[in-house]
Formats: sequence, C-alpha cells, structure tokens
Amino acid sequence: MNTVISIANLSKIYSSGHRALNEVSLDIHAGEILALLGPNGAGKTTLISIICGIVNASEGSVKIDGRNIIDDYRITRSKVGLVPQELTLSMFVSVWDTVCFSRGLFGKKPNQEYLEKLLKDLSLWDKKDNDILTLSGGMKRRVLIAKALSHEPEILFLDEPTAGVDVELRKDMWDLVEKLRQSGVTIILTTHYIEEAEEIADRVGVINNGQLLIIDDKDALKHKLGTRQMTIDLEQAIEQIPQSLSAWSLELISEGCQLIYTYDSHSKHTGIAELLRAIDQAGLLLKDVNTSQSSLEDIFISLVKNSL
Amino acid sequence: MNTQAVKVIYKYEMLRAWETILQSFASPVISTILYFVVFGSAIGGRIENIEGVTYGAFIVPGLMMLALLTQSVSNASFGIYFPRFTGTMYEVLSAPISFVEIILGYVGAAASKSFLIGLIILATAGFFVDLRIAHPIWMLSFLILTCISFSLLGFIIGLWAKSFEQLQLIPLLVITPLVFLGGSFYTIDMLPPAWQTVSLFNPVVYLVSGFRWSFYEVSDVSIEISLVMVLLFAAACLAIVWWMFKTGYRLKQ
Repeated sequence: MNTVISIANLSKIYSSGHRALNEVSLDIHAGEILALLGPNGAGKTTLISIICGIVNASEGSVKIDGRNIIDDYRITRSKVGLVPQELTLSMFVSVWDTVCFSRGLFGKKPNQEYLEKLLKDLSLWDKKDNDILTLSGGMKRRVLIAKALSHEPEILFLDEPTAGVDVELRKDMWDLVEKLRQSGVTIILTTHYIEEAEEIADRVGVINNGQLLIIDDKDALKHKLGTRQMTIDLEQAIEQIPQSLSAWSLELISEGCQLIYTYDSHSKHTGIAELLRAIDQAGLLLKDVNTSQSSLEDIFISLVKNSL
Repeated sequence: MNTQAVKVIYKYEMLRAWETILQSFASPVISTILYFVVFGSAIGGRIENIEGVTYGAFIVPGLMMLALLTQSVSNASFGIYFPRFTGTMYEVLSAPISFVEIILGYVGAAASKSFLIGLIILATAGFFVDLRIAHPIWMLSFLILTCISFSLLGFIIGLWAKSFEQLQLIPLLVITPLVFLGGSFYTIDMLPPAWQTVSLFNPVVYLVSGFRWSFYEVSDVSIEISLVMVLLFAAACLAIVWWMFKTGYRLKQ
C-alpha cells in the first residue's frame, strides 16, 4: 500500500511544559480510513493540528506524499482538508460565501458546478444564502465539512466529527465518509466513540498521554488483543467457587448464578472441555453456556488503563 | 504566489468594512468634522497663522494622521484578532499561504480602508478650510506609507493580543498620546527646548511633519528624514511580523 502520510518521531511540548505528543511515528496509507481513538487530552487534536500546519511540532517530521510539510507546505497543504472539532465559523456570512472563501484560500477559483454538487450532497443547497448564524448545530457541522471539501482535497481529517450530533446526522456522516473513501480520499478521523471506529475504519490507532499505544487493522487488533469469555449460567446459585475449580480463572457474578471464564481464543488449549467436566464433577448443574468476543471498546479500555 | 487566497482575504475584509459602514467610515469622518468645528473654527479663529498658514488649514494634515493612525491600527488588529478569537484562524493557517500573502490580504485591506478614510477626510476638510497641496505625489506617498506601516503595527497588535482589552490597550495608551504630542495641532518649535528634544523621539513627529510639508512646505524636520523614519518603521514592523510567523508566536504554539 502507498504511504500518503509519514510521521516520524513527532513530539510536541507546549509552552506550559505539557508534553502533548511523545515521539509518535505512524504511516497512513492512501485511500484508507484510519480512526484514532483516545480519551480527551490524549493528543489526537495536537497530532492532526501539526499535520495540517496549525501547530508547530517540537521535534520530528511529517511528510505528505514524500514531501516535508514545512519545506513544501504549499503542495502538502493543498492536498489536505480539515474539519475541526469545534464549530468555528464566521457567523455573519452566507453558506455560499464561506465555502467560496475556503476554496479561494487554497488557491482555487470558484467552481459553481462542483460547489453546487457539494452543497447538495450535504443537504445545504437550500441554505446556501442563509447566514451561518441562522443554522442549527448539525447544519453548521455540515458547513464545516463543505468548507473542508471545497478545494477537493486528497486527504481529509475529521476531528471528532460526530461529537454532539444526532443519530441521523451521524449516519449521514458515515455515509459521506464511505462515499469519499470510494472516490479515493484518505480519511483520518479522531473519535472517542468506539462504535464509530468499529463501523467505518479500516485501521485503528489508540493514543493516550501523547503516545501511540497501538495501530493495526481493525479486525487484526481484535484478533490480536481480544479475549473470549464464556458465561456459564447455573441452575442454582452458589456462595463461592468450589476449590476443585481453582485451576481456572473464574469469576462469580449475578449473585452466584453465573460463572465467567476468560480465555485466550488463539491458544491451542482453551481448557473449556476440562472446565465443563470439572463443573459436572463438582455437582453444579448447568442451565446455559455462551461465549463472546471482547469488543474494540474492551480492548481500548484495557490499553488505556495499562498505559496509565 | 497564491493570488486567489490574497483576493478572498482582501475581499472578505473589505466586505466586513462595507457591512459596518457607519462604524468604518462615518465615525472617523464625524470625529474629524468635530475637530474642525472646535479647533478650526471656534478656537482656531483666535489663533494666529502659523508660518503663513491659517490654523484651520494647518491642522488638516495632523487630523488626517490622527484618523489614519488610529484607523489603520484598529482595522488591522481587529481583522486578524477576530479569527483568532473565534477560532476560524485554523483555516488560514492550514491553507497553502505564505506569511507575505496573509499580510497582503489582511494588511492590504486594513490599509485600503484607512486610505479611503484619509481621502474622505481630505475631501471633508475642503468644506471647512482653503486647502492647497504643494506636492500631491509626496502627499499620496506619505498617505499610503502611513496606512501600510500602521496597519502592520495593528497586525502585530492583533497577533499579540490575548484579549479584547489588550487589543485596545496600545491604540489608547500609546498611539493616541503619540499623535497628540506629535505636532498634529502645533509645530514642535512652539514647545520649550527640552520638550522639543523629547518630541524628536516620537516617531509620529516625522510622519506629521513630512505629511504637512507635502501640503504647505512647512515642516519640523526635513522631508528626507521623515521619509527614512517612516520606511524604517515599516521595515521594523515587517520584520516583527516575519518573526511572529516564522516562530508561530501566539499562532502555532
């Protein structure tokens, strides 16, 4: 796969002394959707801001299509569009004017046909003459996307795109992201909605305390770090786990009615058969048994917890 | 050169002035008319001619400078501070624009507005006093240079300020006193010798003096010195802006 963005040993220390990024290295592939997960203050926005030229890095380098973002800023920035986290818009201009302004900043002349299609795709066409001030929060979010796409970027950064938006708009955004990917746009989104990453991303990176803890294909990540759990429903509640079952990592929940067995699904020997036999020998009656794979959310929580 | 970006920034800033036309243009004109009524007619009638020029006509260049300096600084500082305040600055910083192009857009628009105000005040003055401009080219050159250099100063203030209070601080506490003490309403040789020396440290003296010379060939310092001082001031402002963009001071830190 072609690397479209190459980040090497990127660090950022703010004047307050806060280290927002700590030697982050990362390659982003052309045409992929990469989700960067992390709690608030993890360094996601700082990372995006440095790549887009809004914040200066303290150390390290970023290349877009093999060109350094400082030395070749004209070429590299012209390839990038950014949808910021906050609804940062000039309130007293019309939707049409603000989109034309954004396109102009990137050195492109107004293109009536393209901008009309863009606004129609984002359900903004009938609001094109309205001042931003009069729009709802969801509509303002769409305007930010229209501005970011106004210069036809090859790479799109979406910083918490669905923070505080309703379910319908969130679904619309996911559809839009998928459409953009199909047209060849590389998309990097930050989010703390894990289901968002699970739904639309190809690869997932987890950032915490300015460090990239892991980055991998979404399914590979679940495969690599995920654990399976077997839930055993008992006919009768027990007060404590019998001594004969101490060899297994069991947890007693639901007021003694359920046993949880956590195991490595990739291990050759899961121990399930022996456990079920031991339960039978211990005189416990089984009501039901089911197994589940840990979600991306479980993996995320475990990674973040371990990094503290 | 990203001319399209310069064009959209310039157009956006000029439209902002047009949408607040009363504040942008009418307000400085009304203030200047009041100065003419008070200093030119009411008080000026009792003051002797200065080096052959009536007091009303004598204060025209100084009044123009007062308006130009305050308007240039406030237009440019607000123009760049507001996107920083609202957060929309991200768009300019992430666009493929050099600092020169950003300056051309923002400072160019602020200087254009001030230039228009200067011309309007000049036309307004024509209704109150007999105006003659001995050196129109010099007058226009000083007008343009002043608009640009003080718009650059305003741009620096807009980049430096962390609050609206700080934005007003320098125009109120520095610019206005410097203009009033810079010979806008008198020649510095009317001052006691010690204050004449102190006045020479005020950069506005050189501006007002050179500008007044272009009208009436009356000046406190030679035209060459005035010109060099204005150019030096503009170059210093440009160097500071360059440093601010190079280091990302209060923009990218």
